[in-house]
Amino acid sequence: MGHMPEKLAALLAEFETITDRYERYELLTEYADTFQEVPETVARRPFPQDHLVPHCESQVYFWAREEGDHTFKFYFAVENPQGLSAKAMAAILDQTCSHVPAWQVLHIPDDLPLRLFGKDLSMGRTLGLTSLVAMVKAAARRHVSRCPVCQAQDGQESA
Amino acid sequence: MSDIRERNYAHPEVLVSTEWVAQHLNDPNVRIIESNEDPLLYPSGHIPGAVEVDWVRDLNDPLMRDYINKEQFEELMSRIGVTPEMTVVFYGDKNNWWATYAFWVFQLFGHTNAKIMDGGRLKWIKEGRPLTKEVPQYPRTVYKARERDDSKIRAFRDQVLEHIRARKPLVDVRSPEEYRGERLHMPDYPNEGALRGGHIPGAVNVPWSRAVNPEDGTFKSAEELRKIYLEEVGLKPEDDVIVYCRIGERSSHTWFVLKYLLGFEKVRNYDGSWTEWGNMVRVPIER
Repeated sequence: MGHMPEKLAALLAEFETITDRYERYELLTEYADTFQEVPETVARRPFPQDHLVPHCESQVYFWAREEGDHTFKFYFAVENPQGLSAKAMAAILDQTCSHVPAWQVLHIPDDLPLRLFGKDLSMGRTLGLTSLVAMVKAAARRHVSRCPVCQAQDGQESA
Repeated sequence: MSDIRERNYAHPEVLVSTEWVAQHLNDPNVRIIESNEDPLLYPSGHIPGAVEVDWVRDLNDPLMRDYINKEQFEELMSRIGVTPEMTVVFYGDKNNWWATYAFWVFQLFGHTNAKIMDGGRLKWIKEGRPLTKEVPQYPRTVYKARERDDSKIRAFRDQVLEHIRARKPLVDVRSPEEYRGERLHMPDYPNEGALRGGHIPGAVNVPWSRAVNPEDGTFKSAEELRKIYLEEVGLKPEDDVIVYCRIGERSSHTWFVLKYLLGFEKVRNYDGSWTEWGNMVRVPIER
């Protein structure tokens, strides 16, 4: 099994120490406050529908810009002003997985939303946030599938 | 939006305005309850004095797919400092979608002294009214509830099958794409929790959000609602109606509209909804 992005692993370790539900939500709210919307140099409204994250009820759009060094810069737009969970998730994915080698992005845990938000997450919310994670991983997977360097690196780290 | 009393609802007393709530923030006989779909909203700021009731943590049985029982409801009410005589006022995100869900669960236990704040979080915030991050602490109360009564406002799968056979009206409040079964499972993405897409045979499709004014989240007037539910899809106030969605949350909003705003006599919410129906063996499905 390869390594997930280092910053994300550290963040998950921090969340594992939080036992109080409210404290967990306060920390996530702080991440939501740091959310930065996709800049106009990357995309402008109306955003194209093929960038809409499926199943996410907060109407989230996603872009992955290849940086040329096997890494990506991830961008998001959250159209629902009350979509704080989506903003928190997007901010965390950007801050921990942008500029990280694609072969490591592949190893973001699929259950990331539950590990961050805890088990008291509604099914719809879980599906939406899991979709965000899936979009990020899918972008990395497309790159790795056609990049022998990434495949070799992933093989080495998985060994 | 006009004053609630001018909208000619069948039971206008179940709605209160944001202004009414602002005037009752310190009323010891009123408990304001926020209930959201997004769990981060309450910690980010809520109406001063409001407590949170979380659908997953507070209203669902932690093991079985069901709602809390009498003892669990009594414990919840004690914890949030509510007495049987107290007026509870729900509000929340998504145009009060989860607020009406909590309201519906409270009705299973007969706490009829309950209201919805028209417009929910959206309207309160748009009006620039105060929010706080301070979580209030109220003295515990002694709350004696009656046994949960599912018979009047809740429907189960066998009752839905009987309903179909009797050709009685069903309302599917999901999106048209879900109703038509067009939402397909995509590689790399989670599905919506059902093995089959489509709708329950005979159900008409009226997305729940059509009942609200999108600009401020308030409910449409009775006249506007009648145009949708009576004229457009042919429901009658004397009908025996079952509403459903994916897990019964969106349909509780339509249940509220039909029962209280339009005065339908018999409306039940099928909370098993599509996550039960779309996974059951040998039940009929239409697309």
